[in-house]
Amino acid sequence: MSARGPARRPFVRSMEGWWRKNPYFIEYMVHEGTALFVAAYALILLISITCLARGEAAWNQWLAVLTNPLCIFVHVLLLVGFLYHTWTWFNIMPRTLPPIIMNGARVTAATITRTGLAAALIASLIIFIIAASLAS
Amino acid sequence: MKRSNAPIFWALFGAGGMLSALIGAVLVFITGIAAPSGTFLPREMLSYSNVLAFSQHWAGKGFLFIIIALFLWHSVHRIFHTLHDIGIHAGTGAKLICYGSALTGTLAAAYALLRIG
Repeated sequence: MSARGPARRPFVRSMEGWWRKNPYFIEYMVHEGTALFVAAYALILLISITCLARGEAAWNQWLAVLTNPLCIFVHVLLLVGFLYHTWTWFNIMPRTLPPIIMNGARVTAATITRTGLAAALIASLIIFIIAASLAS
Repeated sequence: MKRSNAPIFWALFGAGGMLSALIGAVLVFITGIAAPSGTFLPREMLSYSNVLAFSQHWAGKGFLFIIIALFLWHSVHRIFHTLHDIGIHAGTGAKLICYGSALTGTLAAAYALLRIG
């Protein structure tokens, strides 16, 4: 800070809302934002097991919250966030992986993305089947 | 030279991101929509005795712990690295808050799961 400090006020362009000016960066912020959904769901599970550890009365109180239509609606929003996370995660994956060479040619980005999405679909089906068999 | 701790946080971020991308959505659907509404799965699935039995089994306990811990480490890492983009200086304080909350959540999950027995 010089002695003339206050007299000299250089123009500093505001960075406020910079990402809203470009669709590419809007998408970037949205996919980074899915972290909030993942954190929220982890917290819901953490509350669940904490209530479970406190006993049957605490669990039943928490169950009343979980079965509330508003809470189910919140989970629908969470589901949308998670699905978007799955989509972007495997879309970005070709850029985060080192090059994979198979049969002398580099595996294309589209193949990596499609394989990832297929793996997610299969893993989800397996989890749902396990859940359904545990329930019956 | 001091070794960087970044690879550890990055590995936890990656593992949590992969796990949540693979099965996060279906878990939200099962525990938050299908079972509580009783539409696609029986509501009875979430009864105290059923959830207790699941959490007392070593596999169920391990599964819950891994899901909660990795989801937390994934999200705090991502939030921490996005702070700069929304104009918040991501210094030591922000780092402590982000990774500290994931650590607290991980310990709380371990404590609750051990208490369930």
